[in-house]
Amino acid sequence: MLTYTIRRLLLSIPTLIFIAFVIFMLLELAPGDPMASMPLSIPPEVRQQMREALGLGEPWWIRFPLWLNQFFIVEPQYWIDNAFGTNFADGAQRIISFQSRSPVFDVIAQRLPQTLWVVAMSYVVGVLIALPIGIISAYKQYSVFDQAGTFISMIGFSVPPFFSGVLLIVIFSVQLGWLPSIYDTTLVVNSWDTFTQQLQQMIMPVMVLALQTTAQVSRYMRASMLDNLSQDYVRTARAKGMSESVVVLKHVLRNSMIPVVTVIALGIPSIFGGAIITEQIFKVNGLGQLLIIALQGSDIPMVMTITFLLAVLIVMMNLIADVLYGILDPRIRYD
Amino acid sequence: MPDGALPVLDVRDLKTVFRTRGGEVHAVNDVSFSLKPGELLGVVGESGSGKSVTMMSLLGLLPSPPADVRNGSVNFDGKDLLHVSPETLRSIRGGKIGFVFQDPMTSLNPVYTVGYQIAEPLRKHMGMNKRQAAVRSQELLELVGIPDAKQRLDDYPHQFSGGMRQRVMIAIALACDPKVLIADEPTTALDVTIQAQILELMKDLRDKLGMAVIWITHDLGVIAGIADRVMVMYGGQVVEHAPVHALFSDPQHPYTRALLKTIPTIQGERAARLTIIEGQPPIMTGPPIACPFRDRCDVAFDRCEVHNPLRYDLGDGHDVACFYDARTGGPRDV
Repeated sequence: MLTYTIRRLLLSIPTLIFIAFVIFMLLELAPGDPMASMPLSIPPEVRQQMREALGLGEPWWIRFPLWLNQFFIVEPQYWIDNAFGTNFADGAQRIISFQSRSPVFDVIAQRLPQTLWVVAMSYVVGVLIALPIGIISAYKQYSVFDQAGTFISMIGFSVPPFFSGVLLIVIFSVQLGWLPSIYDTTLVVNSWDTFTQQLQQMIMPVMVLALQTTAQVSRYMRASMLDNLSQDYVRTARAKGMSESVVVLKHVLRNSMIPVVTVIALGIPSIFGGAIITEQIFKVNGLGQLLIIALQGSDIPMVMTITFLLAVLIVMMNLIADVLYGILDPRIRYD
Repeated sequence: MPDGALPVLDVRDLKTVFRTRGGEVHAVNDVSFSLKPGELLGVVGESGSGKSVTMMSLLGLLPSPPADVRNGSVNFDGKDLLHVSPETLRSIRGGKIGFVFQDPMTSLNPVYTVGYQIAEPLRKHMGMNKRQAAVRSQELLELVGIPDAKQRLDDYPHQFSGGMRQRVMIAIALACDPKVLIADEPTTALDVTIQAQILELMKDLRDKLGMAVIWITHDLGVIAGIADRVMVMYGGQVVEHAPVHALFSDPQHPYTRALLKTIPTIQGERAARLTIIEGQPPIMTGPPIACPFRDRCDVAFDRCEVHNPLRYDLGDGHDVACFYDARTGGPRDV
């Protein structure tokens, strides 16, 4: 398993470089001008000079390796320097945002906590709700509980977050006035009061995102449980005199988790994508919002870096899913 | 065959119904039989005759709904298994009555080691700790003839062949020294040489451990080789029940006779065609009011259309459910 993981990690390097190239070329082909949002009073020749100062005059075969160098060598050096007080980077040029003129990674580091609070929390909440729903729905198939679960899943699947989010805001912020409609990033949690405030502003975005996750994962869990509940080994377990909880939670659940783990792991990158819209609605200034603003401002280094980080996340989650698969299912051993 | 001993298992008038969208299916109709200690009872019949459903009904192993065990009594160990708490039933399943199922490829849980799966009933019913259970599991694997038992405890089911997996299933069923072992077509999914090995093993184990065995099969050859008594089932009913020699030498029910004729022979002309029983077994959509075999029977007469025959005792432990008396060649006096 270890050699398999190492082999997969090594193999993912060319994959990621290729992905980076594709993203880079797509951005190269995309229309847009980083100078477009500058004041109109700036004369065209000055604009041209500014563009060249940003490096946009160079052809792609110079700019792309430069970005690779900055991403894979310079940025880790800065990170190590910060962590251990060394001086590997030696003042080398970092990836700089066109818009804010600050290093892209510093901006990402500022935005990441908000996204993690909302997105990661919603995913954890969603999965934790979904698993028991899926298990009970399958065990009590066609019961009232199962029907209700199916109904809620259908809503989760069919109602997009940009609708459910706005609906929640209208009900809970505008009509009832219970919850804030804007996520306050400047809030520092240092007392019980600020903690409840943080909870209040998190509830709606977390619930909107969790609804989607719950809908998906609970369906997969239910289907997988149903597949396994009718297997012969379940009858064997019952014939051995095992109690229902052992039969379901030990024998059936472990088998059922095998496909569901993949779904959960592969859902992590996509939830970051889905958060882009939710963050816009609830005014959470996380990564999603950063990406949207960068796209609107043709901030190529920022877009490139965030998109690429998402690609890294996808590749990593694929690997993690495969490794978990092997751990859960002894029939799959990769060595 | 021990005579006169009190039966370990006594089933009376068992009736199981499946509720489906198309109505009720009467899968088991008033089945009665008993099993003496150390005895091997063979249960024969074609697919859908109710053999497996009968045995599953005994221990509440059928999913309910759709199954509904409606009537009857199952006396085991001084209790009626149809009217005990689920907890008591669980302590009997795997503890005092062991089960071996048909398909060893799917009957073991693929994600747990064989050792874990054998140890499970030991820990639950015998209260053993991990180490004791491991020692006993190893003994059991040796008992059923698996080489390198100690190492193989840590293997997963997919690392075993079909025959070896069936041995593991038998080891699980035997784990807690059951009084009764119910084997539901345990050799059907195996090839012939492995089948012979498993049969030998079962005969051996029965003699060694002295448990009673119910052996479900549709293979009369297997039955002839190992059973003491045979019960022939058709349409959810017992149609004939006899000691094994009597059944083969003096079959009374037209269905039994037809079954015996279908056994291919290796003597005589090779060109002889395989004998078949024409028609399909019935789907029992209502309670039986006529003989279930009448449509396929070559000696059926008017009474068979309106009455369901009872089991008539012919003496010497032989009984048959048929209005036609094969010994006189005419209708039975009732």
